[in-house]
Amino acid sequence: MSIMIDKNTKVLIQGFTGKIGTFHAKEMLEYGTQVVGGVTPGKGGQTHLELPVFNTMKEAVEATGADASIVFVPASFAADSIMEAADAGIKSCVAITDGIPAQDMMLVKRYMYRYKKEERMRLTGPNCAGTISPDRCLLGIMPGHIYIPGNVGIVARSGTLGYEAASQMKACGIGISTSVGIGGDPINGCSHRDILELFEADPETEAVMLIGEIGGPQEADAAEYFKNHMTKPLVAYIAGLTAPKGRRMGHAGAIVSGKGESAAEKVELLRDAGVTVAPDPSELGSTMERVLKELA
Amino acid sequence: MDIHEYQAKELLSEFGVEISPGGLAYSPEQAVYRAKEIGGHQWVVKAQIHSGARGKAGGIKVCSSDEEIWNAAEELLGKRLVTHQTGPGGKVVYRLYIEQVADIEREIYLALVLDRNKQRVTVVTSTEGGMDIEEVAATKPESIHRLEVEPAVGLRDFQARELAFALNIHPEMISQAVHCIEGAYQAFRELDATLVEINPLVVTKDNHILALDAKMSFDDNALFRRPKISELRDKSQEDSRETAASDRGLSYVGLDGDIGCMINGAGLAMATMDMIKHKGGEPANFLDIGGGASPDRVTKAFRLVLDDENVKAMLVNIFAGINRCDWIAEGVIQAFGKLDVRTPVVVRLSGTNVEKGMQMLKDSGYPVITADTLSEAAEKVVAERNRVAEAS
Repeated sequence: MSIMIDKNTKVLIQGFTGKIGTFHAKEMLEYGTQVVGGVTPGKGGQTHLELPVFNTMKEAVEATGADASIVFVPASFAADSIMEAADAGIKSCVAITDGIPAQDMMLVKRYMYRYKKEERMRLTGPNCAGTISPDRCLLGIMPGHIYIPGNVGIVARSGTLGYEAASQMKACGIGISTSVGIGGDPINGCSHRDILELFEADPETEAVMLIGEIGGPQEADAAEYFKNHMTKPLVAYIAGLTAPKGRRMGHAGAIVSGKGESAAEKVELLRDAGVTVAPDPSELGSTMERVLKELA
Repeated sequence: MDIHEYQAKELLSEFGVEISPGGLAYSPEQAVYRAKEIGGHQWVVKAQIHSGARGKAGGIKVCSSDEEIWNAAEELLGKRLVTHQTGPGGKVVYRLYIEQVADIEREIYLALVLDRNKQRVTVVTSTEGGMDIEEVAATKPESIHRLEVEPAVGLRDFQARELAFALNIHPEMISQAVHCIEGAYQAFRELDATLVEINPLVVTKDNHILALDAKMSFDDNALFRRPKISELRDKSQEDSRETAASDRGLSYVGLDGDIGCMINGAGLAMATMDMIKHKGGEPANFLDIGGGASPDRVTKAFRLVLDDENVKAMLVNIFAGINRCDWIAEGVIQAFGKLDVRTPVVVRLSGTNVEKGMQMLKDSGYPVITADTLSEAAEKVVAERNRVAEAS
């Protein structure tokens, strides 16, 4: 088992016929993901990559039975597309789009509260690399070949640093159950903690790697969850030890603006909670290897 | 994006927040003229830089005559002010704001922030104004009130009233305070702000509630729909390297070290900087070239890193997902062809088309130092940096 997606997941592409949507739809199809169609308003009825195009998400879900979607819609329209997915009954939505205004995301989160918790769509991102369950489903933009199937879960704010973690683990022969990108924006869908809860409940996942960074409360929240509720080992790395306070480091959400938001403080919180923190970013794989040996 | 105090006040006053009469000046002569225009007996000459804590740095002067205003303006214009928020480089004063001195009864605090924990706008007030709010939180936490605003409904009158009563505002002035708090909230929502801070908000002896100082920051991701805010950008307050980068669509933060960095992805960029530090080096910059970087973009980024005279060695670390290693290699080769690269360059490529990219670098004949892992790359670039430092 994996979390959120598996080989039966049926995927719709939002922003299907655009350049980026087309490129990644092809990559996902090649990986073996069941892409069942896409939505581009105004192009309904057409065929793209031999798949049907729909005007609305509701029509698309009705016709294909899709339960997941991935958003490549430009930033100014992306929040609307996410709400449309939630309204159409999509279960898992990955928002790849970078640059969505924070107040739009605030409204997206508010909108999603109209659904009961058990019926609410699981949103990851925006500004993320997506989710992959190796050899089953790629719902994202990551290079599939750096992930081998296995029993370690990954949750990461950064896309490329998540790749780094996966490839270091691959070099140690460690495989991945599911890797989830939660994105670098200040207001996002699932938090580190939300994903840890899913990994904790997933029988296939034996250990988890958390890749965090400066800014925001989510790593502290994850530390608290680990301390009080998690039985599986957690390895963490927090990027940005050298980042100066008050400066935005690329990601809209990567800025130390208050207490507890620097990398050093987050590392301390995680260590205090009993999490194994990798000493530097070149030891993500070796640290996980050591933790898995102790487990066995 | 940050703006100046006078710009924030102008915007807030459009939403009903009351401010003292004031005006902008670029010269001592203008400053004196503005004071005359405003009227009154006493004025404050305030240096306009993108930083708080200007008072402690000598950037705010109270004046009672033309001569005093002239002298204050002459002293401040062109001066580099260093505050604990500007960093050691400080910021140069090019604009002054001249304001009538208010007759203050008491100082309070009002701020609106995008609360990442609650994922909503939170209004923060305190009866203790004029101080750093973090200091107030440490010394007098009971004076602070917080209110989360439900985004679909907005800030209601009763909520603003609750906040105003908690600030001990006199009953006769409650509606004025409500007007001010709601105005600040409207400005926050309608202009895509990430922060509105009025510190201090003052109650005057003649029963007015005025914003004495104001700070606003805006969501860069929303500027596309706020052209009026984009126009308020003041490049003189930015690091020139960062301005050049953002004009080229690159994300760059200048730092004090001497190892130049060019990386894709913000997280990997921060991790690479951490790795350099771990191996005994100091990064000169943060630079994320983003996804789907064309060879041209790589060349531009190269130029930007090497334009920094402090850079003694450079590290390129790319983990290609959307990017392709062969494009990056082509960009590196182009940069070597176009620019006079005398700095040692270490390149680590990984991900999509890595073999092809590495082969291209080898075949190019340029003295590119390659590395397979993050650790090896950081080690090599620090060694190169040390070699260059010793030779010079």
